Amino acid sequence: MDAYIFDHVRTPRGKGRPDGALHEVTSVQLVTQLLEAVRDRNSLDTALLDDVIIGTAQPVGEQGGVLARAAVLNAGYAESVAGQQVHRFCASGLDAVNLIAAQVHAGVMQAGIGGGVESMSRTVMGYDSGAWTSDPDVAFHNHYAPQGIGADMIATLDGFTREDVDGFAAESQRRAAQSWAEGRFKGAIVPVKDVIGEVLLDHDEHMRPGTTVESLGKLKAAFEGLGKGGFENVAKARYPEIEELSYVHHGGNSSGIVDGSGVVMIGSKEFGERAGMKPRARVVSYASMGSEPTIMLTAPADVTKKALKNAGMEVGDIDLFELNEAFASVVLRYMKHLNIPHDKVNVCGGAIAMGHPLGATGAMITGIVLDELERTGKSTGLITLCAANGLGTATIIERV
Amino acid sequence: MRHMKIETAADGFATLTLDNADESMNLVSDAFIAEMMEATAQIAADDGIKGVILTSGKPTFMAGADLKLLVQGYDTMTLKSAFAFSQKASAMHRAIETSGKAWVAVMNGLALGGGFELALACHYRVLVDDPKAVVGLPEVNVGLLPGSGGTQRLIRIAGMKIGTELLLSGRAVKGAEALALGIVDAVVPVAEMDAAARAWLATGPDPVKPWDVKGYALPEQRGLIIPEYSAGMMITSGSVAKSGYNLPAPIAILSCIYEGAILPFDKALAVESKYFAKLLTSPVSRNIIRTTFLSKGAAERGAGRPAGIPKAEFKKIGVLGAGMMGAGIALVSAQVGVDVVLIDRDVESATKGKAYSETVLGKQIARGSMAQDKADAILTRITPTDDFALLEGCDLIIEAVFEDINIKAETTRKAEAIIPATTVYASNTSTLPISTLAEASARPDQFIGLHFFSPVDRMGLVEIIKGAKTSPATLAVALDFVAKLRKTPIVVNDSRGFYTSRVFQTLIHEGGAMLEEGVPPAVIENAAKAVGMPVGPLALLDELTFDLPLKIVEQAIEQEGSKYIVPAGVSAMKKMKAQGRSGRKTGGGFYDYPAEGGKKLWSGLSDIFPVSADYDVAELKQRFLYAQAIETARCREENVIETSEDGDLGAVYGWGFPAWTGGTLSYIDTIGVAKFVTECDRLAQKFGPRFAPSAWLRERAATGTGFY
Repeated sequence: MDAYIFDHVRTPRGKGRPDGALHEVTSVQLVTQLLEAVRDRNSLDTALLDDVIIGTAQPVGEQGGVLARAAVLNAGYAESVAGQQVHRFCASGLDAVNLIAAQVHAGVMQAGIGGGVESMSRTVMGYDSGAWTSDPDVAFHNHYAPQGIGADMIATLDGFTREDVDGFAAESQRRAAQSWAEGRFKGAIVPVKDVIGEVLLDHDEHMRPGTTVESLGKLKAAFEGLGKGGFENVAKARYPEIEELSYVHHGGNSSGIVDGSGVVMIGSKEFGERAGMKPRARVVSYASMGSEPTIMLTAPADVTKKALKNAGMEVGDIDLFELNEAFASVVLRYMKHLNIPHDKVNVCGGAIAMGHPLGATGAMITGIVLDELERTGKSTGLITLCAANGLGTATIIERV
Repeated sequence: MRHMKIETAADGFATLTLDNADESMNLVSDAFIAEMMEATAQIAADDGIKGVILTSGKPTFMAGADLKLLVQGYDTMTLKSAFAFSQKASAMHRAIETSGKAWVAVMNGLALGGGFELALACHYRVLVDDPKAVVGLPEVNVGLLPGSGGTQRLIRIAGMKIGTELLLSGRAVKGAEALALGIVDAVVPVAEMDAAARAWLATGPDPVKPWDVKGYALPEQRGLIIPEYSAGMMITSGSVAKSGYNLPAPIAILSCIYEGAILPFDKALAVESKYFAKLLTSPVSRNIIRTTFLSKGAAERGAGRPAGIPKAEFKKIGVLGAGMMGAGIALVSAQVGVDVVLIDRDVESATKGKAYSETVLGKQIARGSMAQDKADAILTRITPTDDFALLEGCDLIIEAVFEDINIKAETTRKAEAIIPATTVYASNTSTLPISTLAEASARPDQFIGLHFFSPVDRMGLVEIIKGAKTSPATLAVALDFVAKLRKTPIVVNDSRGFYTSRVFQTLIHEGGAMLEEGVPPAVIENAAKAVGMPVGPLALLDELTFDLPLKIVEQAIEQEGSKYIVPAGVSAMKKMKAQGRSGRKTGGGFYDYPAEGGKKLWSGLSDIFPVSADYDVAELKQRFLYAQAIETARCREENVIETSEDGDLGAVYGWGFPAWTGGTLSYIDTIGVAKFVTECDRLAQKFGPRFAPSAWLRERAATGTGFY
């Protein structure tokens, strides 16, 4: 059975800091407002939905305890709608989408909502810990190194200079600013309201339009301290071809820390007929896989090939790519290794400019690529993210 | 009880005095544990005893476990028996702290390892105010962990952060710091120790440890739920990688800390014992203990010294040649109270040699580790001169002039014309055969090689080379002098490059060979460092400059002709020399040395040595270790080294062969001679005859005859 995307919405992204506009909003509230919006604008009978799956990269504290179910009830959805939490680090939101699509494909579900949420200002990165980073026996023997070290390892091994990564970051800012100015996101953004119903935020707050290679050049590389503390030794143990690690990443060419949520409604053709909704795109294929965990962030190229193979497609069959901008080198490597021109990748800008609310991003960029395919009259899009510990997930969609 | 005695005073406080009947120090042994259990039970059952003072009848409190016992763990214990062994010592400490009596450790001298673990099991710790009385848990340095409660008590007493740092560094702590860290409770002069202990006992302290009180929990008991703790564990796990991936102890210690913090105390002790068992039964702890403690100690106590020869005295020595080596030898000799006549071709050069001592001592004064008057006294002992007549009455001559047979011969004759007929004459040559140099001597039986390493004041090893005619008495003098310097001797027979230089060459030539094969230079360097070599072979060559290794090869070709197998790295060195890059001193070699920032591999290397993708890092690592190990085996076969202990000591302390292997011959034993030979055959097939095992080594493999 084919799985179709019927709609998607997302919150604007607030700075993931105490002075960010969304800091006062709970994680469950971010999802609740999206569930309400996607129901109301489609006049949806929520009893037609089987499940809501929400991904979070820090599923602890207020983001733990199957936040999806709490949000379903909080939004006043039918009690019959289930809820589930998924966790695959940064790919969680896309995995949530894929899980809904897969169950529709399998015929065990008619429709559901997949998405993600992360209030990084409230559930701070690192609250969800785990053996992979912090159990000495596991971390040491698996050659764990922090992601920033992985990003700098990619730059070192692929020869990306500081100018290269800063150049990429400046272009992300330029594209994001242009996209907002042209209103490319207006169909998807649901402004976030406070307790008394006042709008707190209606635009991505993290962006720095006007960023240039020169302005970024003033920032100090962020991960040298960690490297010198021992992770350089870890990196060289896994990649002895590294003479010296080249530290090129910093806050300005890495994904921004933000608060936000995104959801995608997926269902069968029959669901659409019953709900009176028109499908916008078909979920063609999806895949997840693991890759070398020390460098951590190189799975997207391989998982892209895997998803393409599942779909019987080639790189050239894809019109637009969305690869989460975890770090500039991740995207530069992806384009280099798959030979994809920059004008097909993250054409609306990415997480370096607009921010990366960990578990939410997969759903957000699924929406962005769909809107952009519609705006430009193109057909196929591929969404992918690298995730911690060497993981990666990809999804291919096609407009219908 | 043979090793301890209990005396109870009128105040009801018993003193338990540890006094090992068999050794000069108190050590944890099976007999000690048994007696300690007995004493503890006796004390616990005696209602008349209100408190216990635990002290030592030796100048030190307790040095720790008996390494002679622990070194056998790998060969004699299973994981289960090693676990039981550790639990027995843990139970001993547990019996003390749960005896219902308050115990005070009165540490009248140093308390390290098992000795400090014992003190940690007591309820109060008094340390004598003496800079030599240090405390600490240095087990990590011998490939082990404190296996009788040390990891668990330290983190609970000092806190996670301090405990982790002390356990991972293994460093010894002096009184004032120990007090500040909270790992001892009082630091007092020796005369006041007993009173301090009694005063505390008189307060009627509760003899229950905090972790035995219901409701006790370390803050870290919640484990990785605490974000800062989780981040700390992540960072610390990463920092362990700085000591490489060959040492199992540091990460096992960190696992004990991490896993133990979550558990109730007795379960935590059991987990500690399990990790201890893994380490004790690993070859790494055996190798480190055997070479760096037992063999090293034995060598320093005169294992290689011929018997029946009276100990030599050294009041005045002559050092001929005031270059880098001569200057260093003069310094270390003057530091142990020997007068030194430092001779060079003119007074100016000799004075320059003495200036080295002034620089080194000046730095120590600036650091506060040396007093001005002491430094002055050392400097007064060094007389720089160009006058051979001052050598009159010298007890020993050490020649360190230019490495040229004729210059050395002339120096020998000039000195022998002055010095007493009985004086031993030593050459510090690193390359010229001692027997050849001895031909210039009128007394070849008194001629010997004393090969110091650079920098002399920091390198602990001295390679003593016997020439064909060197007498046992001469060897005894040389060993006595090395002992006076408090350095570690190895004794070798004459051979090209002797022992250390000869084997060390194989490392750098293997690096050169890899370059020729197309292995990327960074991979070569990192592979060598990954096995534990302190520096990569290309960087080493740059420091040496290529002229020295090339000269050695040329000499060998001259002497042996076609019989000589030209080392694999020669061609790479020649190619570099043709580019005008012969090492750091020539402005650059394999590396560039920019004025700012660190050295960088020369970008032109890939033009001369095109890189190929066809290499296996695991095999590169193996080749570095095997090349050195098989050359050492040849030295043993040729009797260049007479004992395996000397071979291993020379490897670890002479050129930095990694200590986790125990040295080149321990490394072969750890692999197993048979497997080593099989692998050598494979490597010889692939890379050349330098890996080919001899019939002698094959015979050892066939009969399962190891080097120990």
